[in-house]
Amino acid sequence: MKWRQLLTICVLPCLLLLAAPALAQNRTVTGKVTDATGAPLAGASVVVKGSKRGAVTDANGKFTLQVPVAATTVVISWVGYRTQEVAIGDGAPLDISLQPGANANLNEVVVIGYGAVQKKDLTGAVSSVNAKDFQQGAITSADQLIQGKVAGVAITTNGGQPGNSSTIRIRGLASLNGNQDPLYVIDGVELPPMKKLDGTSSVSGTANPLSLMNPDDIENITILKDASAEAIYGSRGAAGVIIITTKKGRGGKPVFNFNTQLTVGTVAKRVQVLSASQYRAFAAKDLETTPGDTIYTDLMGSASTDWQKQIYQTAVTTNDNLSVSGVAKHLPYHLSLGYHDEQGILKTDKLQRGTVGIHLTPSFLHNHLKVELNLNGSLSKSRFANQGAIGDAISFDPTQPVYQPGNKFGGYWQWTDKTGTFIPLATQNPVALLEQYNSTGYSSSSIGNLHLNYEVPGVDGLHAIADWGYDVANGHGTVVIPPNAAQAINNSPGPGQWQQYKQNNTYVSVNYGFNYIRDFKAIKSNLNAMATYSYTNNLITTYNYANFDAAHDTISGSAPTYLTSPTENTLISYLGRVIYTYDQKYILTATLRDDGSSRFSPANRWGLFPSAALAWRVSQEDFLKNTRWLTDLKIRGSYGVTGNQDGIPNYEYIPTYSLGTNNSLYQFGDKFYPLYSPAAYFPNLRWETTKSTNIGIDYGLFNNRISGSIEYYYKNISNLLNSIYIPVGSNFTNLAPYINIGSMVDHGVELTVNATPIKGKNFTWDLSYNFTYLKNRITKLTNQDQSASFVGDQVGGIGGGTGNDIQVQTVGYTANSFFVLQQIYGKNGKPIEGLYADRDRNGTVSYPADAYRYKSPFAPVTMGFSSTFNYMRWSLTLVTRASIGNYVYNNINSGLGATKYILHNGLGYLSNATTDIYNSGFVNPQYFSDYYVQNASFFKLDNLGIGYNVGNLNSHVSLRLNANCQNVFVITKYTGVDPEVYNGIDNNLYPRPRNFTIGASLNF
Amino acid sequence: MKRYFLTIAAGLGMFSVSLVSCTGKLNRQPANTTTGSNVFSTPAGAKEALAKVYGAFALTSSTGPSNGDLGGIDAGTSDFIRLLWDASELSTDEAVCAWNDPGVPDFHNLNWNSSNVILLGLYARTIYQVTVANAFIQNAAGANFTGSDKTDLGHYVAEARFLRAFDYAEMMDLFGNSPFITDKDPVGTVPTYIKRADLFTYVESELKSLDSAGALVAARQNEYARADQACVWALLARIYLNAEVYTGTARYTDAITYALKVINAGYTLDTSYSNLFRADNNVNNPEQIFSIAYDGVNTQNYGGTTFIINAAIGGSMKPANYGVPGGGWGGNRVTSNLPNLFQSGDKRALFYTSGQTEAIADIGTFTNGYATVKWQNLTSTGATPAGASTFCSTDFPLFRLAEQYMIYAEAVLRGGSGGDATTALGYVNALRTRGGVTPYTALTLQDILDERGMEFYWECQRRSDLIRFGVFTSGSYLWPWKGGVSSGTGVDSHFNLFPLPATDLNTNPNLQQNLGYN
Repeated sequence: MKWRQLLTICVLPCLLLLAAPALAQNRTVTGKVTDATGAPLAGASVVVKGSKRGAVTDANGKFTLQVPVAATTVVISWVGYRTQEVAIGDGAPLDISLQPGANANLNEVVVIGYGAVQKKDLTGAVSSVNAKDFQQGAITSADQLIQGKVAGVAITTNGGQPGNSSTIRIRGLASLNGNQDPLYVIDGVELPPMKKLDGTSSVSGTANPLSLMNPDDIENITILKDASAEAIYGSRGAAGVIIITTKKGRGGKPVFNFNTQLTVGTVAKRVQVLSASQYRAFAAKDLETTPGDTIYTDLMGSASTDWQKQIYQTAVTTNDNLSVSGVAKHLPYHLSLGYHDEQGILKTDKLQRGTVGIHLTPSFLHNHLKVELNLNGSLSKSRFANQGAIGDAISFDPTQPVYQPGNKFGGYWQWTDKTGTFIPLATQNPVALLEQYNSTGYSSSSIGNLHLNYEVPGVDGLHAIADWGYDVANGHGTVVIPPNAAQAINNSPGPGQWQQYKQNNTYVSVNYGFNYIRDFKAIKSNLNAMATYSYTNNLITTYNYANFDAAHDTISGSAPTYLTSPTENTLISYLGRVIYTYDQKYILTATLRDDGSSRFSPANRWGLFPSAALAWRVSQEDFLKNTRWLTDLKIRGSYGVTGNQDGIPNYEYIPTYSLGTNNSLYQFGDKFYPLYSPAAYFPNLRWETTKSTNIGIDYGLFNNRISGSIEYYYKNISNLLNSIYIPVGSNFTNLAPYINIGSMVDHGVELTVNATPIKGKNFTWDLSYNFTYLKNRITKLTNQDQSASFVGDQVGGIGGGTGNDIQVQTVGYTANSFFVLQQIYGKNGKPIEGLYADRDRNGTVSYPADAYRYKSPFAPVTMGFSSTFNYMRWSLTLVTRASIGNYVYNNINSGLGATKYILHNGLGYLSNATTDIYNSGFVNPQYFSDYYVQNASFFKLDNLGIGYNVGNLNSHVSLRLNANCQNVFVITKYTGVDPEVYNGIDNNLYPRPRNFTIGASLNF
Repeated sequence: MKRYFLTIAAGLGMFSVSLVSCTGKLNRQPANTTTGSNVFSTPAGAKEALAKVYGAFALTSSTGPSNGDLGGIDAGTSDFIRLLWDASELSTDEAVCAWNDPGVPDFHNLNWNSSNVILLGLYARTIYQVTVANAFIQNAAGANFTGSDKTDLGHYVAEARFLRAFDYAEMMDLFGNSPFITDKDPVGTVPTYIKRADLFTYVESELKSLDSAGALVAARQNEYARADQACVWALLARIYLNAEVYTGTARYTDAITYALKVINAGYTLDTSYSNLFRADNNVNNPEQIFSIAYDGVNTQNYGGTTFIINAAIGGSMKPANYGVPGGGWGGNRVTSNLPNLFQSGDKRALFYTSGQTEAIADIGTFTNGYATVKWQNLTSTGATPAGASTFCSTDFPLFRLAEQYMIYAEAVLRGGSGGDATTALGYVNALRTRGGVTPYTALTLQDILDERGMEFYWECQRRSDLIRFGVFTSGSYLWPWKGGVSSGTGVDSHFNLFPLPATDLNTNPNLQQNLGYN
């Protein structure tokens, strides 16, 4: 370091310290901050431009600030509003109206993982959504807040179950067989995966751990999309990172907010099946072809039941939140209470959740020690409906009644043989499936952290940071089926079921590190460096119980071998980042993370994940500085390596023996012995590696009236986990579940436009549009990809037959392409049953020999469009989404769109069919016909909302009213209930409700 | 400034030291598991490991009926007997299946290829059983037992070797040529390729070496469901009977020798044929030599006799009448060739005809073709086992005395020495007498084939029998829907062997595909 620079570093702070008293001649500025509708904005920050001095508005939006005499401008900002600079003027009170909007705010601080930067200094692909822009209406979990809001982030809710999870894919598929879900980080704490390896919720007793966090407590959700941003999360970052920041205390006096919502959900669309009269007509016609053969038609009843009508209900949901925010002496606080009570549209489905949030952000030691304490707690009780009722309601004979008073099945009509014995293979009364099934789950969870940031005295800009985080969740529940219920009548030793489960999750994270942020004005440089050590440990303890019949006798063979099954994994990381800015024009970011994971053998345990990014703020160059229409222009490029290990079981590399279960004993003599079995193991296993390149442009035009970004990325995923056949006899399985062998490429283009076409005194129109194009191509699956007999990995199990798959992974094709037979159509345009193209020209048609790859469930093009109109006190918002080029296999029609088994299944009961039998005319099911692969492109109006700001009711209370409709309409060619099916196989999806919500928000 | 740097450096240094100690936490060990050597540190552990070697035949996994040891096949269909049954019965005149499940229709059509998922399962299951036996033998070598524990372990190891020989004998019969791996190879070794004739030599030499005194427990002296010395003889007799098919060299004299060893070991025919296939066939069964033991409560899976019994119930049959009140899957029936073999009144002709047509107009319709109730989950007294719903307690006899009678008779008829025609006739007639039908006065080879059909139908013997008699693929003997044609048709002779699965050929470079499947 040259002596001059060293001098600068040492002397400059001293000069500043000396200068401070000299500036201490002050005057007072007062004012009021309101939003576009004139309502006071509490908690807005008012800072003297060019200094750290500032104040925060109170509950009435008012502030008082001592400013230096020389100061001329204050900067007013609040999350979700455009920052405004206002001249201080002659001392008259300032009246400031902040405009809402998603428009780029270059000084807005964006969290990037282990730190935050100003938006103008971002070098990676990072998208941030503030509370103002969240989806409105009935929202149960955080992921639903940003659906359709961010380019490159595809969020598909998994049906309408209360609190159900969503499938989130950031920039396409991160993996084929490993983890595909993003990493969640809440207030700096990296959370453990939300799902277990089998796809079920990682917290028992709840459908989705993310739904345990109150969405009303969330202030901002930021998504890291490229490797430059994700690499700081190393071996957990490859599927993208979602960073959630909770609301913190602001202002002075306590500001209370109470908001309440009432939602009514209805079924938007039902499966088209034969009505009772259509069914009778069908049966009559069948009888004509075989006169006198009444063995089947005799089974018909005399009722007319719409079974789908019987299982769905109009669901009522209430959501109430009370929060208080303010600063007590030197303690900023945000406290919240929430209560959410949600019914599912499937009868008996229910979720009740209470949440509490405590967020304290005090400072000590003259602001040298900043402390952040976040505590989020929740208690939930769920009743899970038996979703088997959805399928049975579609296929149950519509001529049968719901009830048969006094019968042995608790009064529900069921299929019996002539002797009155229940037919086990028959479809079951859907209403009985719901009402005679009580699955109740309870969970209590808490996520929180204590964050210390200590400004090390003597070294300007150096902060020592310590963070202790935890995520503890305990869940338990029971599944109870009464003895007279047909669904468990054949259980042994006795009928009925009583089953319990319990699981405790304990996750801790510890981070220690240093942060060094300094401006070196003399050399026009800014340095932001960070080094951190991180330790996380996730312990999940599942309790094993026997299953009981209704009389609490143990069900055969279900007594557990082990009382608990704990599973634990640890990740230790060393990470660092340097952000260097020169002259506010050139920004270099470099990160490095070294991860050690307990999931891998010592030889494969550690891995380095580097990244680097460069950004050039072109608009800061002299030749553009005076171009008035160009507010901002930045060109970015990044490259980085991330890993993916969350989809890998914890101990896969270790050779083990374990005892089997008590229904898998073997008899020697008169005694039964448990099986001590060797497990297959794979010592070479390691994480998947994603190398990604990103090129982006951020732009702002006309004083940021139009802003946004354009991105192009190319991701090469190697060491891709695949489940591959290994030489039979070489290990204790023939199919290794996880081998690092494949590779895949994702690339795409993202475009975001935020605009304010109209900005007037009374009327504002904001809109935001995002466009995503993505292409996925598998480049390697096995070492035998070229072998003629290797068709690819068949995946995508369907309902119908045993073990039938409808999709295939093939090199050179998009993941999960449908693998089907090419249907031949007759002159009348109808498919000819059983007639398919003989693609291999060998004279016979067989599957998979004649199958071809036809379309994929993943849309190459998706778009989101949001718009907000503000007029006086009124606001109108709408959120739409479009998906183009996604296909869905209509498994409902392929399974129930054939006539043969309506009457003649030979098993003593009748079934219903979908009305597609009138279109296809199929007698036997044609599972592999491409007739069932349908174009499921769609346009959805997700959300339509209207708000009215009543304003101040009196000097202390202001009120805001709103009404919303979610899932308003869908335009699609797809003939099933809903074209939005994540994996492209439509098989009894829980319908997404159409929700109508009214709400009120009270500030006092 | 320097001072601060020093402080920071020192602080960082101490900090790093404290962190290094944490990296030990990356060695997480799975709970509820142990190592191979730990298992074999106690006699109880060794016996539970032996239970796995046997259990691998009976179950799809050691963790319940919905899990599977194998991949690429539906777990419920991946047990040994179900797969073997599909391959050796559905491909013959003895059975058709209504289901359109992957791979199933190929069998009756005699038109399978190397992608058939059931054949993949059968191949992988059989070799999986070999790897489990190999691991047992490997780990047992490290056990340090004394006294009777040591003697027991010696028997366990011999039983594991016998089961492995049985597996290879099945590979030799089904696929002919096979991947080959023994306890000499550590886990991870890619198996070599062994030709059918070499496999015969291996199996024969293994069995002969196990025939030495004391290697296995003497005939009829072991615990139920464990192999004894008679099993070795019974398997030798079986492979010698088929030796001409396997190697081109007939070994009928050897077949007679070993069949006689079994016959003279003290087994007797059960007086009731039907009791051999009932839920209590594990007790008071003087005829059984070696069975796979199932139990509806303790040994649950969707294959084995659970599959055979449930899949055979459909149409107007009432599942509870056969001991499976929660079952009845409506799949398997017989072709008309099988009932037509029987004289009227044969007690072995256990067919269900009410509502069933003898002819099969449509394979997919259960009521086409007679059903059979030979296999049941009721006990010999007609009782349903406690707790029965779907899972069955009926054991599957891999070897029973009647087969040794028939081996003796056939080997004599085919020119083997060491036996005589009168004894042969007597053995066959003992079976006919038990069936309650007229004894033969003289035997022809056709009588042997027919008698085997009547005696052993649905016991996984038929395919080997038809091949040995040269009529499995040829047009000289037809049955309804043979070759996928309702009147039956011959197919190419390469179908006498099953193909090695394409998936294994793709991953194991040592293997070669069987003739006709490339």
